[in-house]
Amino acid sequence: MRRNKLLPYFLVSPYLIHFLVFVAFPVGFSLYLTFNTWNIISPMEFVGFGNFIRVSQDGLFFKAIFNTIKFLVVHIPLQIIVALFLAETLNQKIKFRPFFRGAFFLPVVVSGVVVSMLWQQLYGFDTGILNRLMSSVGLPKVGWLTNPDVAMYSIAIMATWKNVGLYVILFLVGLQTVPPQYYEAADLEGASHWQKFRHITLPMINPTIFMVLILSTIGGFSLFIEPYIMTGGGPLNSTLSAVLYIYKQAFTNYHMGYSATLGFFFAFIILMVVFIQKRFVERGDQ
Amino acid sequence: MKNLALYLILVVGALAFIYPFYWMTMASLVPEGDISGLTLLPTTITFDSYLQMFEKIPIDRAFFNSIFVASSVTAGVLVFCSMVGYALAKLRFTGRNLIFYVIIFTMTLPFQITLIPNYILMVKFGWIDTYLALIIPYLINAFAIIMFRQAFLTIPQDLIDAARIDGCGELRIIFQILWPNIIPSLVTVGIITFMATWNEVLWPLIVIRDENLMTMPQLVTLFAVGGRAESQLGVKLASATLLALPIIVAYLFFQKYFIQSMASTGLKD
Repeated sequence: MRRNKLLPYFLVSPYLIHFLVFVAFPVGFSLYLTFNTWNIISPMEFVGFGNFIRVSQDGLFFKAIFNTIKFLVVHIPLQIIVALFLAETLNQKIKFRPFFRGAFFLPVVVSGVVVSMLWQQLYGFDTGILNRLMSSVGLPKVGWLTNPDVAMYSIAIMATWKNVGLYVILFLVGLQTVPPQYYEAADLEGASHWQKFRHITLPMINPTIFMVLILSTIGGFSLFIEPYIMTGGGPLNSTLSAVLYIYKQAFTNYHMGYSATLGFFFAFIILMVVFIQKRFVERGDQ
Repeated sequence: MKNLALYLILVVGALAFIYPFYWMTMASLVPEGDISGLTLLPTTITFDSYLQMFEKIPIDRAFFNSIFVASSVTAGVLVFCSMVGYALAKLRFTGRNLIFYVIIFTMTLPFQITLIPNYILMVKFGWIDTYLALIIPYLINAFAIIMFRQAFLTIPQDLIDAARIDGCGELRIIFQILWPNIIPSLVTVGIITFMATWNEVLWPLIVIRDENLMTMPQLVTLFAVGGRAESQLGVKLASATLLALPIIVAYLFFQKYFIQSMASTGLKD
C-alpha cells in the first residue's frame, strides 16, 4: 500500500510530545526535586533525604491528611446515602422526573468558586440562612466555618451538596439495570423491603458505590478552592487540605523543593488508598 | 398517600439544590443593607452591585478570556485526541499497545505530583502570564483519547477502506468521513472539556498574575478573598452570579447532553 509507515506515529505524536513534556518530565523532575531544596531563584541545593525527614516531622503535613480523613468520613457515607435515597425515589413511577433530575444535577455543572462563595454566606454565623433557621426553631447558632471542630465537616456537607447530583444519575442508571423479574420473584417469596434492597438492589449497584468511593477519595485529596475561598485553611489549620498546603508551601513560602516533595507524598498516599480500596472491594465481591 | 410523600421528598430535595442559587441572585440585586435579612422576596431591586463590580474588576475582559481559553482548549482536544484515538483504534504499528497502556496509567496518576514541576516548566518556557500556559498543557487529555478510541472501534473498517481507495488521506478520513459518524462522542468530549476548562481555577491562580489575562473563576476568586470588594457582600455575590450564569444558561438549553456526558465519564471504568 502507498500508506506511509510513519503516518501512525505522526497521528499519535501530539500525545507523545504532551506525555514527555507534561507528564514524564514533571514526574522525573518531581522525584529529583524531592532530594533538593530550591526557591526557584537561587541555585538548587542537594539535601539528600532532608525533605523526607522534614515531611516525617511536619505537623502540618499530618494535619492535612487528618483533615482529609475528617472530610472523607462525612463526605463518603453522606454522599452514598443521599444519592441512593434520591435515586430510589426518582426510580418510582413519578411525573416531572427530568425536572427533578435536572434540579439535583444543577450544582454539578456550576463552578466550585460560585458554590464556595455562596455557601460561605449560607454558613455565616450571624446572618447566614442556616443559623437564622436554627435560631427560629430555638436551636443554638453553630460556628459552621469558625469552630475548628466543625469547619471541615461543613465543607464536607457542602461538597456533598455540590457532587451528589452526579451520583444520583449514576445510581439511577444502576437501579434501572436490575431486571424487574428479580423483584417479582422476591415478592412471591414474601421478601421484605429491606431484604429486597439488601440482596437484590445492593449487589447490582455495588460497582457504582465503589466508584463513588474512589472518586470521593481522590476529590478529598484534591480539595483546594473550597478552603481557599471559605476559610483560607483556618481556623487553626482545621481546614488545611493537601492541595492547599502544597499551594501555600510553593506560592506563599516559595519552598518549591519541599512542595514538590509534598505533592509526591500526597500522590503516593492517594494511589495507596485507592489500591487498598480496590483490593477490599474485590475481596468483598467473592 | 404514598405518592404524596414521594413528591414531598422530591420537591424539598429540588428546593435544596435550587434555592441557594435563587438566594445568591436575589442578594446580588438588593441594596447591601437588605442582604442579611433576605430570605424569599426582595423589597427593592437595584443593579448597584453590578455597576460597582464592573468598576472594580475587568470582568468583561475575564469573560472574553474564559471564552477564548475554553474554546481553544476544546477545539484542540477534539482535533488532537481524535487523531490519537483513531491511530490507536484503526492503525497497526509497533508500540500501539504500549502507548495505550501508558495512557491508561496516566489517567490514574494524581495531579498533585505534576503540579509544581509543571509550574516550573511554565516559568522556564516563559509562559507565565500568557494564554499559552492556560491552553497548551490542556490540549491532550487521556480521557478524551480513550473516548475517541472506543468510538472509532465501532466504525466498520469498510468505510475507511472505501475512503482510502477513493484517495482520501488519513486526516481527511478522520475529520470528514468519520467525525459525522461519532457526533455523540464529540458532543460528550466537547461539553466536558469546555466545562472543565471554564471552571478550572487552581492552574490559572498559579500561572497568571496579570489581571488582563485572568479567566473569570480566577478573577472572581481573587475578588472574593482579596480586599478589593471592601467587604461589600453584594458586589462579591454579583461577580459569583455572573460567573455561574453562562454555564447555567448552557445547562438549561442542553441539560440532557450535560447529564449524559457527565454520567458517561463516571461510567468509564
